Amino acid sequence: MSFIIFALVALFFVIIYQIAKASEYATTLRGEDKVRASTNKLMAWLLLAFLVLGMYAAWHFHESILDKMLPVSASAEGREYDSMFKATIILTGIVFFITQTLLFWFAFRYQSTEKRKPYFYPHNNKLELLWTTIPAIVMAVLVMVGLKNWFLMTSPAPASAQVVEIVGKQFNWLIRYPGADGELGRRNFRLINDANNVLGLDYKGDPRNLDDVVNQSGELHIVKGRPVKLIIGSRDVIHDVGLPHFRYKMDAVPGITTTIWFTPTVSTEEMKKITKNPNFVYEISCDQLCGKGHYSMRGTVIVHDTQEEFNEWMRKQTPDYVTNFANKPASPAPANQAAPVTDSAKKTAMK
Amino acid sequence: MSTQNEHIVIDGPNLVHGGTSEVDHNVHPNDRDRHGADDALHGHAHHEPHFIFKYIFSQDHKYIAKQFLITGMVWAIIGALMSVFFRLQLGWPDKNFAILETFLGHWAKGGKLSPEFYYALVTMHGTILIFFVLTAGLSGTFANFLIPLQVGARDMASPFMNMLSYWFFFTASVVMFCSLFVQTGPASGGWTSYPPLSAIREASLGSGTGMDLWLIAMALFVVSTLLGGLNYVSTVLNMRTKGMSMTRLPLTVWALFFTAIIGILSFPVLLSGFVLLIFDRNFGTSFYLSEIFINGRALPHVGGSPILYQHLFWFLGHPEVYIIMLPGMGIASEILSTNSRKPIFGYFAMVISLVGITVLSFLVWAHHMFVSGMSPFLGSIFVLMTLLIAVPSAVKTFNWLTTIWRGKLRFNVPMMFAIGFVSMFISGGLTGIFLGNSALDIHLHDTYFVIAHFHLVMGVSAFMGMFAGIYHWFPKMFGRQMNNTLGYIHFWLTFIGAYLIFWPMHYEGIAGMPRRYFDYSAWESFKQFESLNSFISICAIVTFFAQLIFLVNFFASIWKGKKVTDPNPWGSTTLEWTTPIKPGHGNWPGEIPTVYRWAYDYKDDGNGNDFVPQNVPLREGEEAH
Repeated sequence: MSFIIFALVALFFVIIYQIAKASEYATTLRGEDKVRASTNKLMAWLLLAFLVLGMYAAWHFHESILDKMLPVSASAEGREYDSMFKATIILTGIVFFITQTLLFWFAFRYQSTEKRKPYFYPHNNKLELLWTTIPAIVMAVLVMVGLKNWFLMTSPAPASAQVVEIVGKQFNWLIRYPGADGELGRRNFRLINDANNVLGLDYKGDPRNLDDVVNQSGELHIVKGRPVKLIIGSRDVIHDVGLPHFRYKMDAVPGITTTIWFTPTVSTEEMKKITKNPNFVYEISCDQLCGKGHYSMRGTVIVHDTQEEFNEWMRKQTPDYVTNFANKPASPAPANQAAPVTDSAKKTAMK
Repeated sequence: MSTQNEHIVIDGPNLVHGGTSEVDHNVHPNDRDRHGADDALHGHAHHEPHFIFKYIFSQDHKYIAKQFLITGMVWAIIGALMSVFFRLQLGWPDKNFAILETFLGHWAKGGKLSPEFYYALVTMHGTILIFFVLTAGLSGTFANFLIPLQVGARDMASPFMNMLSYWFFFTASVVMFCSLFVQTGPASGGWTSYPPLSAIREASLGSGTGMDLWLIAMALFVVSTLLGGLNYVSTVLNMRTKGMSMTRLPLTVWALFFTAIIGILSFPVLLSGFVLLIFDRNFGTSFYLSEIFINGRALPHVGGSPILYQHLFWFLGHPEVYIIMLPGMGIASEILSTNSRKPIFGYFAMVISLVGITVLSFLVWAHHMFVSGMSPFLGSIFVLMTLLIAVPSAVKTFNWLTTIWRGKLRFNVPMMFAIGFVSMFISGGLTGIFLGNSALDIHLHDTYFVIAHFHLVMGVSAFMGMFAGIYHWFPKMFGRQMNNTLGYIHFWLTFIGAYLIFWPMHYEGIAGMPRRYFDYSAWESFKQFESLNSFISICAIVTFFAQLIFLVNFFASIWKGKKVTDPNPWGSTTLEWTTPIKPGHGNWPGEIPTVYRWAYDYKDDGNGNDFVPQNVPLREGEEAH
């Protein structure tokens, strides 16, 4: 096998070399100037052909791939993204079309011929001023639109937002929901134990942890129409919560808490209808290289149609504390279980 | 501003072999009077320098340039071959390729690439092409070759340091090359090597010995870049020939000058980032590490910040993009003007836009970190700065277009690549407007859109610039011409191939497909691109083989190419074409020419020529530029 490959490569080199030799002999035979002139003409035509065929191919490809692209944004903020993306693509598309056309057209139009005299034109301050100012103005507009959306997307989450914590580890997502108290308790990385405390919840120090639900299957349950605030963390290396359908993404950094919030607008069931795909599922991708399992670090998002539906699901979940410690007598954690604690003094502890 | 450097003595080689000045004797008769004393002492004139000092430890900038070029080409083949390997995996994730096992051994048992080695391949592909090829191979080649020849100097300000610069690069290359063969594999944390992944040995196989070697190689590489860069800057500032004011410099020299300045200011920051990383890896410090539980235990580190590394890294990482781009810009300007038989349009605007890019390149780094959780306000500043950098880039593009407008265009091979450069620069540059705008980056970040963007704008277009430069200055380097037919075939395959590879990737990225995935087939959202990925892989493989055409052409032409008979084969105005066809050490046999005019006087010289070289005195009534 490797001999065949070696032979093929050798043959390839020989062929190349022969082409080179043949072309050199042909040039000598036909006369160098003549060959140069005809090659010049050929290249000019090829450049023009490249422009026309390239533009056609780009358009054709665009049309053919549209059905494989993302469906409509599933978050309200993502809609802003979509319209801004569209505006930017139209604008850059126009610039792309004009500049590429000029480049290849000039190349074709001003190809060297016997008669042509190049036009000595070293500078023109007015022109240069013009194409400094116009891009500057266009960029200023883009910056303004961009920053308006940026500040919208990064603004503090509304108080009514559902709070969920999502923590990356090699190589899956851990998701924690607050229990009846509506608050997440403190975590401490030194308390992490893969057997019974994957997030290192500090049960002794913070009773708010007692009713927290931890989901290790990477399933994020949220509610259509209700803003959701994700508290993002990492146990080991940097990960990234990628939510392509919601047009969001945020790094999960060990030692630092990051957040994003958005308002889901399309439930999973609705999206199945929109995409005409009964298997449709919102996915969470890890978007920051995190090791050998990076490509398989998959989570999912279930967007419930109503709060009731979500509550129904939530009722079926068992707090982590109950699963791991409550029924075991040797438990090191306090015995009083799952009493909702609302201590507003400790409210900022999560930060 | 002009300096006269005829009296600079080229006695660098003395430093190497203890005071004998044999090496000096291939400098020209005019220079020899300076060495008269030496000649008398040793009584042997006109010796060819010893083989070792001529070809290996050479201090002649032209040889050092060739050393950089050929080392860079070796790396380019290795780096490109890696991309072929991982494209096989991406294109056909469910197939086995025996050839992978042949090349990679136990990393591809049964012809199936292991995920660990896939990540090692993408990491090394990035590292090699960005640093070893498009920084050392590109700047190293053209800054060394062109700066002394185009400013009218006999050599670099410090030929010895210049030699060291190459040998540090060579040592870095050896270390990096060795890292490919260590048992746990080469570094695999991405070319950015973000900690904690790169800092903790348990985090991934490549974070073991491979990462140690990677850091050592990169540290040596930084030293090489600094030695080279200081030399380039001091040569441009101090060693210009009589009449060569800064405003008469060719744009290649301007571009290489700013490239060197960017390198000098940003590489030390990278080095400091790496030193801290070495500390975290080996000495238990916590600069980048905090609250980590890995491999069943909590690490003692607290209080560090992985984001600090990202700031230090991107403070080089972004200017690095311009270190790669600027030489291409300079080369394209030169070649477009020469082959349009027209002056470059807006010389001063071109220089000022280079200044603008240089300054702004230091103020935009955090646009790589919009989704790292940084303060939104800080992010907004970087959005502004990033989109601002589009302005000088636009000015350059429009000036190139105006340069070819109403010219008399000769489509020789370098010209084709220069046109390809501009086309790629436009395509790749425009997508930067999406990524620089944080509200759009928040979706596009770390997707294939990013891959498409930077490959077009700094990968392919920098290569286009590099190829243009090689084809254009090959006659000066080797006294022979490269074959035209092969050159055209190389151009079209590369140009079309690159568009076919990277254009579709934009769509994958818009659809949210993350980069650096080993396999997409388990993902409901990304598996629909399977056939497209195979198509891209086929294009990548064809484009890779097209580069072999170039290699054959290059090496065959060194010995078999058509001999150059005209010392100025392109009808160019710059000084390098006033040297003999094969200039010796010292470049000009007689006195260094005096410069009377700017570098782009493409106009009727009154004798039927359509250009006036820089060393031709002004005619009566002609105004100096």
